[in-house]
Amino acid sequence: MGPFLETLFGGLMVGMLYSLIALGFVLIYKASGVFNFAQGAMVLFAALAMARFAQWIPKLTGLNNKFIDNAIAFVLAALVMVVLAWLIQKLVLGRLVNQDGITLLMATLGITYFLEGSGQALFGNDIYKIDIGMPKDPVFILEKTFQGGLLINKEDLYAAVIAAVLVALLALFFQKTATGRALRAVADDHQAAQSIGIPLDRIWVIVWSVAGVVALVAGVIWGSKLGVQFSLSLVALKALPVVILGGLTSIPGAIIGGLLIGVGEKLSEIYLGPHLGGGIEIWFAYVLALAFLLVRPQGLFGEKIIDRV
Amino acid sequence: MSVPAAASLRTGATAGAPPETLSDARVPSSEMAKTASLADVGPAPAGRRRIGEVVLDVQRISLAFGGVKALTDISFDVREHEIRAIIGPNGAGKSSMLNCINGVYQPQQGSISLRGKTFRHMNPRQVAKMGVARTFQNLALFKGMSVLDNIMTGRNLKMRTNLLQQAIRWGATEREEAAQRRVVEEIIDFLEIQAYRKTPVGKMPYGLQKRVDLGRALAMEPQLLLLDEPMAGMNVEEKQDMSRFILDVNDEFGTTIVLIEHDMSVVMDISDRVVVLDYGKKIGDGTPDEVRANPDVISAYLGTTH
Repeated sequence: MGPFLETLFGGLMVGMLYSLIALGFVLIYKASGVFNFAQGAMVLFAALAMARFAQWIPKLTGLNNKFIDNAIAFVLAALVMVVLAWLIQKLVLGRLVNQDGITLLMATLGITYFLEGSGQALFGNDIYKIDIGMPKDPVFILEKTFQGGLLINKEDLYAAVIAAVLVALLALFFQKTATGRALRAVADDHQAAQSIGIPLDRIWVIVWSVAGVVALVAGVIWGSKLGVQFSLSLVALKALPVVILGGLTSIPGAIIGGLLIGVGEKLSEIYLGPHLGGGIEIWFAYVLALAFLLVRPQGLFGEKIIDRV
Repeated sequence: MSVPAAASLRTGATAGAPPETLSDARVPSSEMAKTASLADVGPAPAGRRRIGEVVLDVQRISLAFGGVKALTDISFDVREHEIRAIIGPNGAGKSSMLNCINGVYQPQQGSISLRGKTFRHMNPRQVAKMGVARTFQNLALFKGMSVLDNIMTGRNLKMRTNLLQQAIRWGATEREEAAQRRVVEEIIDFLEIQAYRKTPVGKMPYGLQKRVDLGRALAMEPQLLLLDEPMAGMNVEEKQDMSRFILDVNDEFGTTIVLIEHDMSVVMDISDRVVVLDYGKKIGDGTPDEVRANPDVISAYLGTTH
C-alpha cells in the first residue's frame, strides 16, 4: 500500500502542473475559440522573466530580502504577461477576427516560435534557477498507519497548495465579479455579448492576461523544481492530451484531466512498466487521449456538439 | 367584442399561414378589441401613452451581400413610445434590417439616425451604448449561466467599478452589485420568472428562455428595444404571454419597440404602425388596418393571380 500511495501522490503533483497548463488552454479556448498552441511558450517566457527578474532586482536595487525580491519579480513578470496579452490581441488576434479556427491556430503557432526565440534573446538561454524558498526536504507522513510511513516531498505539497489557491481564486473571480460574468458571457455567445455592450477586445486581453498569469504560476512551480530551460516549453505538449481528456471547454475538466494523466502515467510506469519494458510515462498520456477520442470525443466534461439536421 | 382579434391570434398560431391571418383583414377591429384579446392586459396602451417625435430615422438603406441584394432603398421612422413592427414573408430582409439598426451589418447606402445622431460604421457595442437593446430570433442566451446572471450581464454598461475593485470586492463594488441586483430582481418579478432565478437557462422551457432574453435586454434600460421574432416557435399561450409582456414594457417603461414577426396576426394586434418588406423592398407602411387593406401586401402574402 505504501509504494502505491507514494506513486499516487507523485502522480497527483505532476498532474497538477499539467492541469495548470491545460487551464490556460481552456480559458482562452472558451472565451475566444482560439486553440492557443503558444501556452507552453508562454510558460517558458513567464518563467524566464521571473527567474531573471529575481536575479536582476537584488543587483540593481541592493535589496537582499529574498521574499521581497521574489515578490517584486513575480509582479513584474505578471506585468510582462499582461503587456504580452495586450500585444497579442492588438497585433495578431485583433486583426484575425472572424477567421477560421485553423488560421488562428497557425497564428498561435507563430506566436509560439516568436515567444521561444524572443524569450531566450531577452532573458538568456542558460538554465536558470527559480528559488522562491520552497523547502526541499522530504518528509514522512502517516508513519503510524504504514510501516516506514510515506515519503512526500514538502515542495510538492506547497506547490499543490499554491495551485489549489490559484484555481479557487480564479473560480471566485469568474463566478462573483461583474468582469467574470462578462467573461463567461463572451465564452457562451459572442454576438449576444456584444449586443449588450460587452467589449470583446478588452475581454480577450483580460483572458489572455489571466492565461499568462496562470502560465507564470505553472512556470514558477515547475522552474523551482527542475530549473527554467527551453524544455519547459515542451511540457505543454502534455497538456494537449489533458484537454482532450477533460474537454476543451471545461475548467474542472482541465483540472481533473491533468490529475488523471499525472496519476495514470506514474502508476502505469510502476505497475505496467516491468511487463511492457518501461518508458510508459512518455507515451501513456497520448494513448489515453487517443482512446478517449474514439469513445468520447468531447472529453469528460466538454459540451457535446449536437448538430441540428 | 374580443372575438375577432382572439380568433386571429389562434389561427395565426395553429396554421401559421398567412392566407388565414389575412382573412380577418376584412373584419374591422377596434383598438379596445385588440387589447382585450390579449387577456388581462389592462387598459389599452394607446390610451395612456403619448406617441412622441421621431426617435429612429432610417433613410434609404441598401444592403447587399456580394451580388445578393438583401435590402433596397428602405426608409421608415419610429416614433417615441410606439410599437413599430417590421413584417414580411421569409427572406424578406426583416432580420437584415434589424441587424443594420443594431450595427451587426453596415449598409452600403443610406443612413440610420437615433435621436438626431446619425451613425455609420458602428459595431453592436457602440449601438448598445447609445441605448439600443435587442433580443435574438434563435435565442442567444448564455446557456451555462443562471437566469439571474444572464440578466445581470445586461447591466454591464451600468457597472462603474474597475477590475481591481471587483477583484477585492469591497465597498463600492458590493454596493454596486447590490444596487444592480435590485434592478434585476424587479425585472425578474416583472417577467414572472422568480421561480427560475438560479436555474441555468439551458434547462428552461423555450418560452421562458425567450422571456429571459427579453429580460436581459430590459436590464439595459434601453431607449429603443429591438425584438427579433419574439414569438417564433411559441405555442398559443406563450404567444399571448409574450404579447402581454411586450405591451406592458411599452406601457410601463415607455420603451420604444421595434419588432420583427412573420406571424401577421400577433403583430396586427399589438403594434401601432407596421412596415411590410418583401424581397428586400418596402411594400407597405402604416397602421395595421391600412396595411391589411394594401393590395401589394395582400399579394405578397397570398401571391397574385397571373
